[in-house]
Amino acid sequence: MSGAAVAVKKKLSVPFDYSKYIRPGKLPHIWCPGCGHGIVLKALLRAIDKSGLKKDDICMVSGIGCSSRTPGYVDFNTLHTLHGRALSYATGVKLAKPELKVIVITGDGDALAIGGNHFIHTCRRNIDMTILVYTNAIYGMTGGQYSPATPVGSVSHTSRYGNIEPPFDTCEMAKASGATFVARGTAYHCQELERIILEAIKHKGTSVVDIIDSCPVYYGRMNKYKSASQMMEMIEKNGTISVKQAEKLPPEKLEGKLLRGILYKVDRPEYCEEYEKLIKKAQGKG
Amino acid sequence: MAEKKRILLQGNEACAEGALYAGCRFFAGYPITPSTEVAEALSVKLPKAGGKFIQMEDEIASISAIIGASLAGVKSMTATSGPGFSLKQEGIGFACLAEVPCVIVNVMRGGPSTGYPTGPGQADVMQARWGTHGDHPVIALTPAYVQEILFETVRAFNLAEKYRTPVMILYDEIVGHMREPIVLPEPGEIEVVDRVKPTCPPEEYFPYDERYEIAPLAAYGEGYRFHVTGLNHRQDGFPTNDPATIQEGIKRIIRKIENNRDDIMKNEEFHLDDAEICILAYGSTARSGREAVKIAREKGIKVGLLRPLTLWPFPEDTIREVSKRARVVVVPEMNLGQIVYEVERCADCEVVGIHRVDGEPITPAQIIEVMERYK
Ligand SMILES: Cc1ncc(C[n+]2csc(CCOP(=O)(O)OP(=O)(O)O)c2C)c(N)n1
Ligand code: SF4
Repeated sequence: MSGAAVAVKKKLSVPFDYSKYIRPGKLPHIWCPGCGHGIVLKALLRAIDKSGLKKDDICMVSGIGCSSRTPGYVDFNTLHTLHGRALSYATGVKLAKPELKVIVITGDGDALAIGGNHFIHTCRRNIDMTILVYTNAIYGMTGGQYSPATPVGSVSHTSRYGNIEPPFDTCEMAKASGATFVARGTAYHCQELERIILEAIKHKGTSVVDIIDSCPVYYGRMNKYKSASQMMEMIEKNGTISVKQAEKLPPEKLEGKLLRGILYKVDRPEYCEEYEKLIKKAQGKG
Repeated sequence: MAEKKRILLQGNEACAEGALYAGCRFFAGYPITPSTEVAEALSVKLPKAGGKFIQMEDEIASISAIIGASLAGVKSMTATSGPGFSLKQEGIGFACLAEVPCVIVNVMRGGPSTGYPTGPGQADVMQARWGTHGDHPVIALTPAYVQEILFETVRAFNLAEKYRTPVMILYDEIVGHMREPIVLPEPGEIEVVDRVKPTCPPEEYFPYDERYEIAPLAAYGEGYRFHVTGLNHRQDGFPTNDPATIQEGIKRIIRKIENNRDDIMKNEEFHLDDAEICILAYGSTARSGREAVKIAREKGIKVGLLRPLTLWPFPEDTIREVSKRARVVVVPEMNLGQIVYEVERCADCEVVGIHRVDGEPITPAQIIEVMERYK
């Protein structure tokens, strides 16, 4: 793109038109005021728009949870499945129609607790799909119980005395399981999140984006955040640091911080492409 | 015409052949005795046919993957046994409510729990009917011979596609592992049904269009961009809280099967016309039942066999009819009494069960012994 074109774009700064991706008549959504899920959805839609993918070519699959309600609002091929099972349904869709771009929306409970086994095996296969884990550190849909991403000490409706279970590091787990693109973003850093999701979508193989998100209604209230915006400030100030900033800091300054940005990216044979080779071999053509 | 070549196949292999014949091009499964050979055969044959086999991380993943593949337009199947069948139940309910065609094979073994993995059982027939939560329709087929497993697998796919519903095939370890000479049908020899796809413009498409008893089903990626959910939904596929719509949706999926019983039901009747004693048996137990009829007839006992090949929906009318003429219906099954209670519900005469769960088949002699009491 020429420099002039960039300048023009900046000057106009036309607000993004989300409506072309929203199904007519399907809003309002079920999310509470202040919930981070809507911010993530907007970043996702902008990323999809930039990817140039056609609506017909996207299949969005989700499990069960507040975050997993996303597919019901957007104008793609959409599949709202069972709690924890989104990745397995998505695997079937992708193998049956490899030309579809499969995007999975899943909560931290959906992906890491009940769906944990599917999560690691999907990453291991390196099947081409983008997995967005909405990590709000709580079970939102069922009213605020602790999840495998809830920090130690946090209060929830099932950890009234403070959570004693250490949380997963979703990114480390994705990488160790074999995902070939691993990144972390947050609902606060929404422009950055858009760029990360775009890269994840463009990646060939299993791409995982852990998205630090907020549930002001349950996690927030039970852990003494006065408002949704205060939770967002918490996401901004504490907890995460961008990969670039981290490079400049000594390790002791990074303790307890989660890295933001693209953390890992490699090329490895993708499952559907390998399957096509297997078919040729079986048919004696390989 | 020259006689067709017979080949010796195991029941599980015949099931794989039936699936291929029916156009199945996706299989997802997890190994479990005594069903594993279905997966093994398809792992070799599906890629040759341009299809795909995947060994998933468990049975839940397997049922989920076949539902996903079916929604993307590919005929799909999974196969399992006892414990794996339990794990699939939530997914089966999803396929019922979301009306996704697919085939689930359960090669029955002893239970509960890990039970007797290498022994036969027929104790999953009620799980097949009521295993998933909520009211729902069920089609379950119970072949008893190796050749029949092939034919019934084709029929299972045809019914699944026609009625947009999961169809189960229940046979037990005995026929699953038994080898019998069978004939592979030529292409075109038996009917293969494909789901009806929409022809309307995408903006007019409803995946649960109320104008139809069974609405056409689009495939993902073909321009229709429809929504599927396991929540109670409206005709456009989106969730609803409206009581009338919820109730009507559930009633409709049950009605679409009930209204088509003529097409779905299938029984074999053997010497039933003048039978005073009726044996009602399914699967491999019916093989003993048939033998028992032959032996008893030689002794002059008026016995006949009613063998449901469609066990669910239940052959209520046929049993009512038969029991008007018979004095007793004898129900042998390799469980401690499941179908026998369904028979009691429908029969106009006495009903007696023969049951065992020791992993041994019910023999003709065992059935004859009971019949002697009623001659
Ligand atoms: C088999 C099964 N178990 C439990 C539930 C209840 N359930 C619904 S959503 C949910 C947790 C949702 O939390 P998460 O995945 O983190 O998403 P969020 O709602 O926070 O976005 C649970 C436990 C269910 N629907 N199905
Ligand atoms: S309960 Fe929490 S996660 Fe769910 S919509 Fe409300 S704020 Fe969001």
